[in-house]
Amino acid sequence: MKKVSLVLVLVFGLVLVYVLTDFPKWGDPSSPASSHLSPYYIEHSLEDTSVPNVVTALLADYRGFDTMFETAVVFTAAMACFFLLRVLVCYRTRDERLYRHLESGVVLRITGPKRLPPGSSFRRVESPRARFDVVTSKVSRILVPFIQLFALYVVAHGHHSPGGGFQGGVILGAAYILYAIAHDLQTACDRYLERVMFTMLAGGVLLYAGTGAACMALGGNFLDYSVLAPVFQLSPVASRSFGILVVEIGVAMTVMSTMILLYNFLVSMGRCEEGL
Amino acid sequence: MFWQIDNFVLTLVIISAIAAIQIKDMLGAAIFFGIYSFMMCVLWAVMGAVDVAFTEASVGAGVSTVLFIAAVFRTTRRTKD
Repeated sequence: MKKVSLVLVLVFGLVLVYVLTDFPKWGDPSSPASSHLSPYYIEHSLEDTSVPNVVTALLADYRGFDTMFETAVVFTAAMACFFLLRVLVCYRTRDERLYRHLESGVVLRITGPKRLPPGSSFRRVESPRARFDVVTSKVSRILVPFIQLFALYVVAHGHHSPGGGFQGGVILGAAYILYAIAHDLQTACDRYLERVMFTMLAGGVLLYAGTGAACMALGGNFLDYSVLAPVFQLSPVASRSFGILVVEIGVAMTVMSTMILLYNFLVSMGRCEEGL
Repeated sequence: MFWQIDNFVLTLVIISAIAAIQIKDMLGAAIFFGIYSFMMCVLWAVMGAVDVAFTEASVGAGVSTVLFIAAVFRTTRRTKD
C-alpha cells in the first residue's frame, strides 16, 4: 500500500510540474492577472480609501465579503472545536481542594467544606504536579503587557504597515498562551472567563456584519463604508479607512478568542482545568 | 532578489518537510513543522509579501506549534508505524 501511494504521489507531482509550465512567468506584466485588475488596485486604492497598505485595502474594503466570511469560518471552526472537545459536565472524583504555600511550595490537601481564607499566602492549585516557578511567572508577567501592546499596535496600524486583525488577534492569543504556560491554566481561565471569550467570539463576527448592515441602513451597499461619514464625522474617503479599522477590531476579537479557546480545550482534554 | 538566499531557504524548507514526515518522535515532528513554517515565512519576506510572512510567523510558527505540542502531550510521543 505504501509503495502504491508513493507511485501515485510521484505521478501526480510530475503532472503538477508539467502543468506549471503553462502558467505565465512570475511577475510577467502582460499576464491576465496583472493587466487589468492589479494596476487598478495599485493606482486607485489610496485615493479611494486613503489606506496606504494596498493589501489591507483589498482585504477589508474591495473584497470585504471575502474577509467577513473568513471570519465566519474561524467562528465556525471554534464552535466545532467546542462541540468536539469540550467536556460539559466535570465530575470531581473526590471533594478535595489543593492549596500551595507560595513561599515554600508546600501543597496542602483539604477535604470537606473547610476553606482557606483568600487573603492568606496560600493559593488554590489544580494539581500537585503543576510547577510553580517564581522567575518564569514574574518574567512572563512583565512580558505579557508588552506583547499585548504590540498586538494592539498591529491591529490599529494595519492600514499603514503589514498586519491587521488576523495577525493582531493571533498575537493577543499568544500572550494569553504565554501567561497560561508560565502560571497554570486555572489562573489564566480566571482572568479570561470562558463565557466572555464566547461572547467575544460571536461579537467579533457581529461587529463585522453589523458594520455592513449599518452601511445598508444608511442607504449604501453592504460594507460600503463611505456612507458612514456622518456617523464618524469624517469625509467619505477617510471614513472608509475608519470603517476598515472597525472591522479589523471585529476580526481581532474573533481570532483572539478562537486561539484562547482552542488552547484551553486542547491542553486540558476539554475540561479547562489543569493544563500543560 | 538574491537567488542564493532563495535557494538556501528553499532547501531548508524541503529538508524540514521531509524530516517532519520521516521522524518517529512526534514532538520532534512538531518542532520541524515550526521550522518549516518559519522558513516559509522567510521565503515570503524575501519575495516581498510581508503581510503573508507576518501571518505565517504568528500563526504557523507561533501558535500552531504550541497547539501541536499540546496535542502531542495528550497522546503517545512515539509513532507506532
